[in-house]
Amino acid sequence: MSIHQPAIEYLEKNLSVSSQHKYGFVDRNFKQLLVAPSIFLMLLVGVFPLLYLIMVSFQGITMTENNTDFVGLQNYAYLAKDKRMWQALGHTMIFLVIALPIELLLGLAMAQLFLDKLPGRQVFIALLVLPVVISPIVAGATWSLMFDNRFGPINQIIGWIVGKDMALLWTFNPSLVYPAILVAEIWQWTPFMFLLLLAALANVDKSQLEAASIDGAGYWRTFRQIVLPSIWPVMAIALLIRALDLFRLFDIVWALTQGGPGTMTETISMFTYVQGFRQFETSYTAAVALLIIVLLSIVLMWALRRVELSR
Amino acid sequence: MKTKGRQTLRQTLRFAAASAITLFFLFPIYWLFMISFKTADEIYSYPPVWWPKTLQFNNYAVLFKDGDAITVWNSLIIATASTLLAMLLGTICAYSLARYKTGGDHLSNWIISQRMVPPIAVVFPIFLLYVYFGWVDTYIGIILLYTAFNLPYVIWMMRGYIQDIPRSLEESALIDGCTRWQVIWKVVFPMCRAGLFATAIFTFVFAWNEFLFALVLTRTEVTTYTVQVTHYFGGQSNFWTKIAAMSVLGTLPVFIAVVFMQRYLVRGISLGAVKG
Repeated sequence: MSIHQPAIEYLEKNLSVSSQHKYGFVDRNFKQLLVAPSIFLMLLVGVFPLLYLIMVSFQGITMTENNTDFVGLQNYAYLAKDKRMWQALGHTMIFLVIALPIELLLGLAMAQLFLDKLPGRQVFIALLVLPVVISPIVAGATWSLMFDNRFGPINQIIGWIVGKDMALLWTFNPSLVYPAILVAEIWQWTPFMFLLLLAALANVDKSQLEAASIDGAGYWRTFRQIVLPSIWPVMAIALLIRALDLFRLFDIVWALTQGGPGTMTETISMFTYVQGFRQFETSYTAAVALLIIVLLSIVLMWALRRVELSR
Repeated sequence: MKTKGRQTLRQTLRFAAASAITLFFLFPIYWLFMISFKTADEIYSYPPVWWPKTLQFNNYAVLFKDGDAITVWNSLIIATASTLLAMLLGTICAYSLARYKTGGDHLSNWIISQRMVPPIAVVFPIFLLYVYFGWVDTYIGIILLYTAFNLPYVIWMMRGYIQDIPRSLEESALIDGCTRWQVIWKVVFPMCRAGLFATAIFTFVFAWNEFLFALVLTRTEVTTYTVQVTHYFGGQSNFWTKIAAMSVLGTLPVFIAVVFMQRYLVRGISLGAVKG
């Protein structure tokens, strides 16, 4: 039972409080009342939309037609054949598969670099935090200024290196848009990995490291057998959080390319947005949104079992 | 002597690498701030200039004169209101989870999984619901949505902070005759005020920086600064002065906030997994 139960029983028995003071509805349901408002709000944004999506996805509502008849699996059949949707999902995966390992490795290398004493270490760390707290849409806007073919500094710097003026169209050229978006994404979120891994590395047992070095274990061996197992719980959480964020990638791409050229960099979030709020394919959007939720739930169920989030 | 020299060299190299990395991560931020002080002529000069000739605030003045700066005010109202609401509801919920184990692990896990729902998947039905209620482009609509979306974070973090404080104080307060509300108000809140403060700042920053919900659910009345920034995009000829100045207006408050939450940063962004 609750921790207050003994105290309340004590009060009732010894101080005869209960004769003056009957426990009312609020006291009897105290713990449920505390969670009720929060649960209600979360159900409103979590469960109501889900039920609604399930219903609407079996109907035939589009911009022009408010057809609430049930059309069976028609939307899902279309979904299975919709090349643009699968491509958007593929783009999202490309971003995820490239950005995540780079952020992890860069973050880890930086954490190693900043782990030991260094003049101005605290100042460096405090400054490196800044990209993480900027709004992703602002980060995207900043990089679109940086990448401008004529008035941005990136082409200028590349021009200095190669020795002639460059006018690379970072946000239009099909072979450059992915690098551009990835640079912005990695720039913003590598410090996130860095911060978490730095904290994890600082918690590695020093005596084990010393023992390993006395035993003559090399750097890689020490890293694999002592450091990695020790930082893995934190690393797993960092990877999970970042993977989920990358899966819903929207803001940075929106600011840099709007999904272009064409639909070349359109992520699944952007695709859903365009279907729902540009083309008003109500029922189809519902089907896409449901697909996202189902895919994510599968990954989450698998991942949460391996990650020690709860204490 | 020799090893000492090598160590100094090593330290110097490390310092150089650290400086180079920090410069790389700061340069875009510098560029953004710097552009906001440039005149249009300086922005559109080729090759790009790396510092403005004079520090002038005209780009900001224009935002205030045209009324665009009101979007920063909207962001402030929305983020503040939703943070206060989420902190109030979330903390009492967290207290119940931490102390009474209400709902057990299942409820806690469900709550944290709510944090991981992608906004795009729920924003569409919520938009339709809001159209029905007439809540699109109103403060109440966007504030409630941000509150609900930040609740899992608040609950999860505050559950951790409350678990960190000893129970004995609450028990003695009860025996001393406090009601259960008084226990929460007079014992629990003060005991975890550092955690409350840190969580509130994070919640504020999340709401402040949010873009997708605001893009869908605001039109003209309660536009937030993140949406306003994107209004200046368009083709090749962006309003760069406005993009930069508006971005800086939206970024400065977060930079100030980060100074205050420095100590709690790692715990805050790792969903409490790392206790800094």
